[in-house]
Amino acid sequence: MADWEMVVGLEVHVELATATKLFSASPNRFGDEPNTNIDPVTLGLPGALPVLNRQAVELAMRIGLALNCTVQPCTFHRKNYFYPDMPKAYQISQYDVPLNVDGWLDLPDGTRVGIERAHMEEDTGKSTHLGGAGGRIHGSDSSLIDFNRAGVPLVEIVGRPDIRTAEQARQYVGELRAILVAVGASDAKMEEGSMRVDANVSMRRPGDELGTRCEIKNVNSVRSLGRAIDYEAHRQIDLLEAGERVVQQTRHWDETDGRTHTLRSKEDADDYRYFLEPDLVPLAPEDEWIERVRAELPALPAARRTRLAEATGALVTGEAIAVVVERGQDDYVLAVGAAGGDVGRALVHVKEAFADQGTMPMVPPEDLAGLTSLETGGKLTPTQAKQVLAELVANGGGDAAAIAAAKGFAAMDIGALESLVDHVIADNAGAWAKFAGGEDKAMGALVGAAMKASKGQADGAAVTALLRARRP
Amino acid sequence: MDEGYRSALDLADDVRNGRQTAAAVLEHHLAAIELREPEIHAFNTVLVDEARAAAAAVDAAVAEGRDPGPLAGVPVALKDNMCTRGIPTTCSSKILDGWRPPYDATVVERLRAAGAVVVGKTNLDEFAMGSSTENSAFGPTRNPLDVTRVPGGSSGGSAAAVAAGFAAVGLGSDTGGSIRQPAALCGVVGVKTTYGVVSRYGLVAFASSLDQIGPFTHTVADAAAVIEAIGGHDPADSTSIPQPAPVLTATLGDGVEGLRVGRITDLPKGADPDVEERVEAAFAALVAAGATVVDVQVPAFTYGLTAYYLIAPAEASSNLARYDGVRYGLRVEAPDTNTMYMRTREAGFGDEVKRRIMLGTYALSAGYYDAYYGKALKVRRLIADDFARAYQQADVLISPASPSVAFPLGDKTDNPLAMYLCDTYTIPSNLSGDPAMSVPFGRGADGLPVGVQVLAPTLGEATMFRVAQTLEDTARG
Amino acid sequence: MRDYSGLGTGGAVASGDVSERISRGDIEHVAKLARLELDAGEIEDLTARLDAMLEHFADIDELQLDDVEPMTQPYPLVNVLRDDVVAPGLDRDEVLAAAPDAVDGRFRVPPIIGLDG
Repeated sequence: MADWEMVVGLEVHVELATATKLFSASPNRFGDEPNTNIDPVTLGLPGALPVLNRQAVELAMRIGLALNCTVQPCTFHRKNYFYPDMPKAYQISQYDVPLNVDGWLDLPDGTRVGIERAHMEEDTGKSTHLGGAGGRIHGSDSSLIDFNRAGVPLVEIVGRPDIRTAEQARQYVGELRAILVAVGASDAKMEEGSMRVDANVSMRRPGDELGTRCEIKNVNSVRSLGRAIDYEAHRQIDLLEAGERVVQQTRHWDETDGRTHTLRSKEDADDYRYFLEPDLVPLAPEDEWIERVRAELPALPAARRTRLAEATGALVTGEAIAVVVERGQDDYVLAVGAAGGDVGRALVHVKEAFADQGTMPMVPPEDLAGLTSLETGGKLTPTQAKQVLAELVANGGGDAAAIAAAKGFAAMDIGALESLVDHVIADNAGAWAKFAGGEDKAMGALVGAAMKASKGQADGAAVTALLRARRP
Repeated sequence: MDEGYRSALDLADDVRNGRQTAAAVLEHHLAAIELREPEIHAFNTVLVDEARAAAAAVDAAVAEGRDPGPLAGVPVALKDNMCTRGIPTTCSSKILDGWRPPYDATVVERLRAAGAVVVGKTNLDEFAMGSSTENSAFGPTRNPLDVTRVPGGSSGGSAAAVAAGFAAVGLGSDTGGSIRQPAALCGVVGVKTTYGVVSRYGLVAFASSLDQIGPFTHTVADAAAVIEAIGGHDPADSTSIPQPAPVLTATLGDGVEGLRVGRITDLPKGADPDVEERVEAAFAALVAAGATVVDVQVPAFTYGLTAYYLIAPAEASSNLARYDGVRYGLRVEAPDTNTMYMRTREAGFGDEVKRRIMLGTYALSAGYYDAYYGKALKVRRLIADDFARAYQQADVLISPASPSVAFPLGDKTDNPLAMYLCDTYTIPSNLSGDPAMSVPFGRGADGLPVGVQVLAPTLGEATMFRVAQTLEDTARG
Repeated sequence: MRDYSGLGTGGAVASGDVSERISRGDIEHVAKLARLELDAGEIEDLTARLDAMLEHFADIDELQLDDVEPMTQPYPLVNVLRDDVVAPGLDRDEVLAAAPDAVDGRFRVPPIIGLDG
């Protein structure tokens, strides 16, 4: 694997959170009785005509601008192919002039992934297969089609092949999802199908031209995405190292057996015969509209990470920042600072103890601020602080100082610590002799004795420092 | 207008003013249908009960003092490619035989709102592809003026229905001349408006960027009234022009004094001498009425046929892909979906439709798009630009509508290319999107009617109608 | 009109009379794209007819079109949009009653094989 470079480009289809479909006024709703959200356009009835949904354009622009794309005048094309869930036997999509082009997305780890385009298109209906094994097409007797989903607005986000690891792919999807949710464009749930990810994977020796890619479909979770990419990478390496070619094809990820499989290959690849959709007119959002959408974009995850890192001094690509922003708890951390607390300490506590506290944690910011003040004032050891914190979380808040006092915590001042260390050295001559003589292992016994003597109130780190300082 | 047929406006006036009931008007037309329909076959479906109910509703409105609409009680025949809820809409194809749409086309809603009474769905060339109505899966329609001859196409049924007195108004669709050419062959008025003036919602699509719905009537004034009733912006059609219906009736009688009437000197040859003679007479009539004739050129006119027969089949091949046996219409059972598609479409489509689907699919296919469809779109631009230049020198243009009078049934059925030539003079205005109409102007060979085509610039319907009215006055006078 | 009665099969030019604009192989390929199960007679006929048509349509090849913009829209409209408000749709029973085959509120089709998903 070390001699090979993995090149991954992700195509993500996102269902937009509009009230109605892209080209007709039927409800855009998941979970209704089959074929109850239908109209002449949805069913591709003779004589039906599409009319573009303004809100779908608004949301598509939010996505494009959030991904740093240029929004441009654009057109719609017909993509012609036959499939039972395609009511018109063509899909209205965007071909050579899409709405959003040339953007990028920065991953938490700092990698920048190019976004080639984010265009609008309509979704297909859904088919279920009867009679085959596990509801699959293979071996089925018939298929049932529900057109509720047909015509739902989609945005297809095409990422450039800038991803090099499965982990980056997972980060990309996670980050993209956070952006989509933040701008209100979609709920982007892979498990529900409102976000679908296809991965294009190819392998090459570093420095070589791009290898032949395979497209992997049917990935239903972020975790599966990583597994599928890794499997496919190894499959291709095995082929290439055996001197064989990788055949360009579409492959299905099978979650149960953990492999990608080729679909039955067709004799003729479909020719989509793209041509401009004559039933629609061009879309050229006015500058005022574009600028309003841009101005109304909320703070996006990357910007929030930067803001939090600057406030706390933590590493912007570090785990603490990523986790807290992902949970939406960054505003809270900053509020703790605004309430007089220490944001650095707050970041650590929120990351470690607020996993199930939601974006509005149950501990009022002032209360957590009170805790961090005790810490930075040297009044509590880290261990003690953890215990006070646990109580704050359990009770949904409280007075940190009072809790500390009730628990009998009082951090020992430097004089008391010095005195404690004197006693420890005196009472543990053997251990001290070893430590003084250079055996660092003896430190443990000395610190343990200190903690015992102080009933846990000594700051272990401070004791350690004092012992080292005393060493001849 | 021929003897015995009253204009739609006269009928509506009678009904609105209580001189006749809508029921009586309807019965008169139903009697005509009973008498001659077996021989003419203008209709796929005659709607006796529905029409009687509609007429009764009009009469009730009049009795109760409510406004029954500008076309109150007017019997209307609709080309069978316009959706009528609950009523079979077949496009004269086996693939839609018996299909009942669950919704009405916008024009149908507007006609009913105007008080019109729908008497039936008329025969057409299958999916509007043809110039003689011989491509219908249900048998041809015959020309009421000579039943050995075609009524023209593709809207032959609607043209014949009006010519035979089965209805006072017919609606057809015009993609390459399918209103104007049958109008000319049947001796009635036929109009294609500017693309986008009449909504296409509910019109079964043939070629989306070319199709327009329009009227067949006995008089120019009737056609104006119908367009005023059915035209105007429709939010359900994205290509619908965001303006109200054109104002036509008010200026109908304004005459042609001072208008510049264009003669296209580089028009393709091929019109019969009797047709040419009628066109010359039309120029003379307009000059006599105060217009001047100017010579103009439309150099790309002659390439219209080629551009059309690449663009229209291409769009049609996509529009007709939905007929796959899944959701409606004919299905031929098969062991798998793909085979079902192949067999259903093979059995359901007639020869001309298959030819055009094949041609259109080819013109769009990988490697051929630039040579065929792409190139045709550029030719379209040339034609539109040439017309625009001509309209700087002329207010309207005059040409033949059809190269000949009605021809015998079977004359061109084994020669598609010869059939395509019927649309030589009508096609270019579909490509440019400009309005054009055919006005009956005397008789040609064998005493058969000749139609003169009036062409106008984009949204120039009012001027076009003034010229048409003058021609009609001359032809009657 | 050319006499096509002696037209041979296959894509190669068999006699001097046959134009090379479209071959039998092209017709078979296009028929697959268009999902038409043509019989042998239809394939023969269509090959000849489409070839004749394309020959006739070659008149546009003489035009200078390099600087000409394609025209796709007869009337120049832009930004035709609809508000995102639900409107009444179709009645499912009425629609399914017109379907060739339906069960459990859904359209039923034979097994989906031989199609790109």
